Amino acid sequence: MLIKLENITKNYLDDGEPTTALRGVSLNVAEGEFVAIMGASGSGKSTLMHIIGFLDKKTSGQYFFDNEDMGDFDDAKLAEIRNQKIGFIFQAYNLLARTSIIDNVLLPTIYTPHLDKAAVEKRAYELLGRLKLSHRINFPPNQLSGGEQQRAAIVRALINNPRLVLADEPTGNLDSKSGQEVMEILQSLNDEGHAIVMVTHEKDVAECAKRIITLRDGVIISDELVANRRQAKDGLIR
Amino acid sequence: MRFLQILKNTRRNLSLNKTRSLLTMLGIIIGVAAVIAIVSVGAGAQELLLAQVKAMGTNLIGILPGASDDQGPPAAAFGIEITTLKYEDALEIRKLPHIIAISAYVTGRGTASYFNKTKEYNYSGVLPEYPTVEDTAVGTGRFLKQDDIDSLARVVVIGSQVAKDLFGQDDPLEKQIKINQVVFKVVGVMKERGGGGLQNQDEQVFIPLRTAQKIMLGIDHVAYIRAKVDKEENIDPAIIQVKNILLFRHHIKDAAKGDFSVRSTAQALDILSSITQALKMFLGAVAGISLIVGGIGIMNIMFVTVTERTKEIGLRKAIGAKRRDILLQFLAESAVMTLVGGLIGIAVGILISAAIALGVNYFGYEWQLIISWSSILTAVIMAVGVGLIFGLWPANRASLLSPMEALRR
Repeated sequence: MLIKLENITKNYLDDGEPTTALRGVSLNVAEGEFVAIMGASGSGKSTLMHIIGFLDKKTSGQYFFDNEDMGDFDDAKLAEIRNQKIGFIFQAYNLLARTSIIDNVLLPTIYTPHLDKAAVEKRAYELLGRLKLSHRINFPPNQLSGGEQQRAAIVRALINNPRLVLADEPTGNLDSKSGQEVMEILQSLNDEGHAIVMVTHEKDVAECAKRIITLRDGVIISDELVANRRQAKDGLIR
Repeated sequence: MRFLQILKNTRRNLSLNKTRSLLTMLGIIIGVAAVIAIVSVGAGAQELLLAQVKAMGTNLIGILPGASDDQGPPAAAFGIEITTLKYEDALEIRKLPHIIAISAYVTGRGTASYFNKTKEYNYSGVLPEYPTVEDTAVGTGRFLKQDDIDSLARVVVIGSQVAKDLFGQDDPLEKQIKINQVVFKVVGVMKERGGGGLQNQDEQVFIPLRTAQKIMLGIDHVAYIRAKVDKEENIDPAIIQVKNILLFRHHIKDAAKGDFSVRSTAQALDILSSITQALKMFLGAVAGISLIVGGIGIMNIMFVTVTERTKEIGLRKAIGAKRRDILLQFLAESAVMTLVGGLIGIAVGILISAAIALGVNYFGYEWQLIISWSSILTAVIMAVGVGLIFGLWPANRASLLSPMEALRR
């Protein structure tokens, strides 16, 4: 099992008020799955994904990643997992300003030890080519459209060939055409074997996944396979 | 990350944010350069003043009007005019056993003109033994005589530069010049002494003391008296004798209430040292303030960019940077910026100091370029320290956040 969560809770202070985001979430994600997490804002869906991606710490519960108990791992070890096994796609792209697309895409690799530099650069150019960004390689992010920026962010997420891709509202800032392109890319990545966990509040985006988990008030209220999986290339209803 | 990789990233990060990097470095450059230049000016001024006093010779006794204690400078040193010292005092002091030459002084500034040539000079009313007292000599013609003093003669001995200025190639002797519209006959030209001194000797004109008092200034007192003692070991007894005779002449019974100060050159040197030391300390404080201002500048830039950089730190952590990587990155960036800024600051500071020295020398003073290593060291340590602390502190705080918290900022 790639991800195994057992009774995860998360409390935090919101403006000094103790708040509970997750109230005991248990969840398994296998290799090669494509899971969409849905829910209203405040349902805890983003928090859940951040905990899955080690961007945030759980308050209690157990988390097995790749069959290892993450409770024993220190920050440095978790950073390594984020670097080599997980790729992140954010709603706001989070590309470094004033930094060329190629440098942005290669950013994770400066934290990867024992790397074949030539091979990783070759891979970067290949991925950029595949996502139709070859002509943007030396541009800074602010000269790219939103869709192009998100595609660059996807290349960055894929640069270390991660087991798991986490996408937090990947289409949230995009127009429908760009959103559709991004979903097409995610689907083809999934077809190639990357497990994907995606947070979204849009039903048709979620239906591009194979499985939809719905949260409300920090608990899972439904977890079902998508009956009629939507193929992004056929278009999204926005 | 390997060292080379860190350096490469640092160079890229700094060049990506040129404005921010330059502003940070500017703070350091200004701070370091200001400290070096200001301290250099202080030291140079001190050297200049002390060299002047030393140049007068050590066998001199100076008599200033107004009382003073042993440590502090007399009031006259601050430009306060005291009228207790007279020409006749000088004549009496001259009669003392160890005194071999004496001159009383009054000074003024006036416009000297010869035909169509006009220039401003300092003139001194002095006594005939002035050349002996001041270790100087007449080049051509003669110096002032006692007759000139007694008869209020309108004769003048001019400095070599004055001769050049007013007469060019002509022989100045026996010619008539006007000083503040009073006609004087040139009787001598001083030997050239070369540049140097707060008052360039070559640019002075000397007229009889009493002529200066009565005709030029309309006063009855003298500004100060200098007496030359035969041997160095006689300076102390001579000072006592001078004091006694002045107390007697000024009808003062209590020696502690004298209206004059008698000092040897050595004592004057000490006092001058203490004055210039205070000046240096004051300048040091000014330099310190500029360093603090520079430091605050550095601090501000570092803090202003912290939000943007917190997000960057969050992202870097999210994609795999360890806390150590973040700290190393910021340490390297701050270190490079502060060191480069420090080095530029040193260069700029030395250049400014050298420019000041050159400029002052151009005006005829023997100003030495003095660069104090301790000022360089202090300035660089302070600036680099501030840069490192305020470069690392926000980065350290941000690196302790979880990636998500940092990204949300």
